[in-house]
Amino acid sequence: MTAWLTDPFALEFMQRALAASLIVGVLCSVIGTFVVLRAMAFLGDALAHAILPGVAVAYLLGADLLLGALVAAVLVAVGVGLFSRRGALKEDTAIGILFAAALALGVLLMSTVRSYASDLTHILFGNVLGVSAGDLWLTGGLAVVVLTTLLLFFKEFQLASFDPVLAHMLNKRPELLRFAMLILLALTIVVGLQTVGVGLVAAMLVTPAATAYLLTRRLAAMMAVSAVVGAASSVAGLYASYYLDVASGAAVVLVATAAFVLAYVFAPRRGLLARGAARRSA
Amino acid sequence: MNGAASASAYLALEGVSAGYDGRPALTDVTMSVPHGAQVAIVGPNGAGKSTLFKALVGLLPVKSGRVLLHGRPPGGQTDPIAYVPQREEIDWGFPVTVHDVVMMGRYGRLGWLRRPRQADREVVARCLEELGIADLERRAIGELSGGQQQRVFLARALAQEPHVLLLDEPFTGVDVSAREALLTLLARLRERSITVLVSTHDMETAARRFELVALLNKRLIAYGAPPDVFTPDHLTEAFGGQALFLDGMVVIDQCCPGHVGDGEEHRHTHDRRTGPR
Repeated sequence: MTAWLTDPFALEFMQRALAASLIVGVLCSVIGTFVVLRAMAFLGDALAHAILPGVAVAYLLGADLLLGALVAAVLVAVGVGLFSRRGALKEDTAIGILFAAALALGVLLMSTVRSYASDLTHILFGNVLGVSAGDLWLTGGLAVVVLTTLLLFFKEFQLASFDPVLAHMLNKRPELLRFAMLILLALTIVVGLQTVGVGLVAAMLVTPAATAYLLTRRLAAMMAVSAVVGAASSVAGLYASYYLDVASGAAVVLVATAAFVLAYVFAPRRGLLARGAARRSA
Repeated sequence: MNGAASASAYLALEGVSAGYDGRPALTDVTMSVPHGAQVAIVGPNGAGKSTLFKALVGLLPVKSGRVLLHGRPPGGQTDPIAYVPQREEIDWGFPVTVHDVVMMGRYGRLGWLRRPRQADREVVARCLEELGIADLERRAIGELSGGQQQRVFLARALAQEPHVLLLDEPFTGVDVSAREALLTLLARLRERSITVLVSTHDMETAARRFELVALLNKRLIAYGAPPDVFTPDHLTEAFGGQALFLDGMVVIDQCCPGHVGDGEEHRHTHDRRTGPR
């Protein structure tokens, strides 16, 4: 049994894969609590896809793909923030426009390249087994920045998410905090690229946090439970990938989805069974 | 305090206009609220009651005129105005406990990186006690009854240690006992000289339980003691065809076309005598 558990990680590239998966699992899940609570799921999805042109440009210039993704993500986050500021446009309208434009630009740029083969495929679908030591350092560094920011300003982010009106009255700058949250989200998505890829990073932002929402009644607890679900899904997904020989990113997301379904049915207060019982006794 | 009303006014509005995008929802409101007074703000739907509150707390820009608090324009961390929003404006599914919400009232006094201190916890405990919800402090706000939820936000407002308290439609959507509890709290606040502005549809409560009433409809129609405000002329001006006068009794049809959420008719009767007894 012990051998079954340790065998996959005898090789160095698998150890790096484990480290990268855990970092991404925890990071996406923690910031995902704000994505779920502020109904920003569409934004996460848009950001993930809007990264495409940045990657394409980086590829054409021969620059680092993650760096290109990072620049694109931050630009889109700032753009969404500016367009929807002071309610000139509804936020989802602004997101929709930028999302479509960025995706089109990405496809256009990619179509100029004759053989973009494996590198771009990795960005789209992730390749946790191909994480280099340098990637791991970048991933870890960004994760530390994002998690530290959330921790230090937990009080302010909580207030601005729950009650932006009070945040405004107390001079806690909800606009600035919303902007900061967009940037943190962009950084997180870039971190998630390497392991689960663009297509599935949006799922990792939403599914563990939604699971935690069903199980907790305080924001800090929701973040902790979400992190555990995300980390456990990442590890379980890697085992599935090793023993069943399936794509790791997809396996991670499906494990998280299974956790969500269990919580949806069995959660003590908000679960299907608990609500059914409450209705019958009422 | 000297005798001049304007000098002793705690909260003063001078020709205030405010609203959303271009068209002001409220024009040229001038009124002064004495220190510790309790004012009911009444008027039909869309009269600008919420707009007035949002302008007072700086959520909406004041387009012209000015708001003076203790003779100075409001603004800044230590603003002594607390605001209890209408219940539809709160996300009841958010994972916060009663204690978390009331503690948020202290955040204005806490710096960006500061954690609540013992003194803040003591204020929160006292406010929870005053509203009779100390035993609920570990419950999620979504699990509470409507009356309990209102008390949580009143406790939060008191935790801000305000000089001026704004309550937006606090009598709407709560039962009779919650209403009485709120009126009892208002009586206690009066002893502590906290200035209170309450917007309400409930003209009867406004007339019987408040010493000052402001009647709004896009502008200030009348402001003063209830008998001087609730005259047929003023009511017709505020409510137009919705006001019906029946032999010394006023019936106002406040049912609101386009108001989402409740299908029931709101018919408020107001039995103030218009003539001499």
